[in-house]
Amino acid sequence: MLGRTANGTFWMARYLERAENTSRLLEAGFRMALTRDAIASHEEWRSVILTVGATATYEAAHGEDYNGDKVWNFLLRDKGNPGSVLAMIEAARTNARSVRTALTREVWEAINESWMALKEVLARPVREAALGEVLGAVRRQMTLVRGAMDGTMLRNEIHNFTRIGTFIERADNTARILDVKYYVLLPSVAWVGSSLDNVQWESVLRAVAGERSYRWLNAGKMDPRGIASFLILDQRFPRSLAFCVDKLRSNLFGLAHEYGFETSAHELMRALGTTFQHSNIETILEGGLHEFITDFIASNQQVAQAIEQDYRFYA
Amino acid sequence: MSHSPSSFDEMIAADSSIREAYSGYRDWYDGQDQAALRRKGKEAEGFFRKTGITFNVYGDNAGEERLIPFDMIPRIITAREWRKLTKGIEQRVRALNAFLHDIYHRQEIVRAGRFPQRLIAENAAFLPEMVGMVPPGGVYTHIVGIDLVRTGPDDFMVLEDNARTPSGVSYMLENRETMMAMFPELFSKVPVRPVQDYPRRLAKSLAACAPACAGENPVVAVLTPGIYNSAYFEHSFLADQMGAELVEGSDLRVIDGRVAMRTTCGYTPIDVIYRRVDDEYLDPLTFNPDSALGVPGIMDVYRAGRITIANAPGTGIADDKAIYSFMPEIVEFYTGEKPLLANVPTWRCSEADSLAYVLDNLAELVVKEVHGSGGYGMLIGPTSSRKEVADFAVKLRAKPENYIAQPTLALSTVPIFTKAGLAPRHVDLRPFVLVSPQGIDITPGGLTRVALKKGSLVVNSSQGGGTKDSWVLED
Repeated sequence: MLGRTANGTFWMARYLERAENTSRLLEAGFRMALTRDAIASHEEWRSVILTVGATATYEAAHGEDYNGDKVWNFLLRDKGNPGSVLAMIEAARTNARSVRTALTREVWEAINESWMALKEVLARPVREAALGEVLGAVRRQMTLVRGAMDGTMLRNEIHNFTRIGTFIERADNTARILDVKYYVLLPSVAWVGSSLDNVQWESVLRAVAGERSYRWLNAGKMDPRGIASFLILDQRFPRSLAFCVDKLRSNLFGLAHEYGFETSAHELMRALGTTFQHSNIETILEGGLHEFITDFIASNQQVAQAIEQDYRFYA
Repeated sequence: MSHSPSSFDEMIAADSSIREAYSGYRDWYDGQDQAALRRKGKEAEGFFRKTGITFNVYGDNAGEERLIPFDMIPRIITAREWRKLTKGIEQRVRALNAFLHDIYHRQEIVRAGRFPQRLIAENAAFLPEMVGMVPPGGVYTHIVGIDLVRTGPDDFMVLEDNARTPSGVSYMLENRETMMAMFPELFSKVPVRPVQDYPRRLAKSLAACAPACAGENPVVAVLTPGIYNSAYFEHSFLADQMGAELVEGSDLRVIDGRVAMRTTCGYTPIDVIYRRVDDEYLDPLTFNPDSALGVPGIMDVYRAGRITIANAPGTGIADDKAIYSFMPEIVEFYTGEKPLLANVPTWRCSEADSLAYVLDNLAELVVKEVHGSGGYGMLIGPTSSRKEVADFAVKLRAKPENYIAQPTLALSTVPIFTKAGLAPRHVDLRPFVLVSPQGIDITPGGLTRVALKKGSLVVNSSQGGGTKDSWVLED
């Protein structure tokens, strides 16, 4: 397949994943803000903006005003925000269009219809009463796309590049959420175990759709250490770092199998895999969670860059 | 139902009886519930949007994707009419290829005094780079669209030849898909010849033109300017249906004397390029140096006979409307036969007598730019205001060689579906022709374009025209 096509499917998948993650994060932020007073909820919204790495763009438009409706409209549809959900869906669709011949008709139509539907839903500012519905619509559309991919795509290089894009993006997202909660939202050790702390952890789980799974595994006990372990190391949870790394590895080695050669990305991938094999939550916390996550985000990014180069994404 | 008496109505005869071509269809149509048909019309639009069958608009709302309106009443041609048409088309396409070969070689037609040298020498579409070279397989126009208009029961005329890069074939295919999805039972009642194998025929035809260095299964790629091109949907559609790679200029590079595409595993040579990029952008080393759409050095590879470019560079000269006016002579010169398909009578404004006539009768004529296309820059005398006619006369006097004029034709009509029922609208027809060393292959049908505005003669999609499914009936 063409390098440009690999690039298009990879980024299509990343943008779709990012759109979904942003809407999940908003959902968690919204819920958290509902349980707090106006002033405190500003902090939650600030953390949402921080998590997606849009602080500079946001403050250029709205200054320090972290009112809920400003934040969610910024993240959902603001023209000045290249990372808005709408912009992501548009970018995903543009990429899909440029690699139209690599996609099944059903995948293309699912993406195209999602774009048409969400463009309509996000044509006007979203009011608080409609926010839940809008976020639900985003999730539903992304689920439809995922279903079309799962049900119709040939399991070949095209599928590998799509999956690689998905898991690079997802791992990055889970890592950022965890980092913001642990590093930014936790003002002092004294807060640990407070009810606010618990609400925040619950919202983290919610943002990665893991609240039900976690409760199921832990009989409802909210424990930061347990949650961190779950989000980083639990291979059964589809949004954990370990799960993403595992999928990344299997798709990357799928490519090596199909092409008959390995690349520098495979070496980096092996190193990343080893890090996970030798880690448990004790060693991670000992070395510092923030440091662990910062290293992870950088390694994940390096793998992505190596893939772009090794497989000739650009001329 | 009103229709202008001077136009030939393809469905309904003067005595209000239904013509042969439409008898089967009308039996079906008259049994349909009007409200249900209206709903179907809405469904069709949704289908086109969802599938992404759109074209991009340049200018005011750049980047916006629009639909070409689709009308659900088919345009129907009988087997007998089609047989006659195909003979004429085949003859014309053979002549076009022979003409192109000749003007890039000995120019026998000029030596014989049957064609003015000036029209070649002064034509920007004539490429000196093509002089003396024979394209692989000897084919110049691999894909041709012949625009036909009809003025009476047996009167089909060629309005235009599209030898450069005829577009619209994806609409021919998707219109049929849409009709079959909307009215499956109709196709069991009326025997219509299929068009769906066009992409397969195109792939076969292109592969048959591969250069000698190609392997047993030539690698075919469609070269597109990219997703912002107005016909991008068609480019991706054809590549998809042919199982060919859809490439952009940035994917290609000349390596070891071949044109190669950048794959995830390195550069792989390709044999045939179906290019949807204009000549001047094809090779920045030979033509427009600013072009990012083409492939540096591709013309050298081409001249060495190691890549097939379809259509060949320099074929656009045959689309020129001044050259069109010589088509009867061209057909006769190369085939030794009288043309089976008539040309529309054409005055060349470069000739003093013709210019005088045209200026005197401007309000009755259609005047077109010789290099123009898409219905831009033309004057339709009878529907223009006095001022528009006068303004056009100024332009015409200033640069007469830039224009040709034709009588305003009473184009035939086919009904469209409106809220008030059937209403006749003017149509044309573009059949698609494939040329390879193995022969000339014409898909039964084509693209019917229809002027949706009552009385309008302009069918171009850029000017508010729509399309119809075009049926050729089985024998």
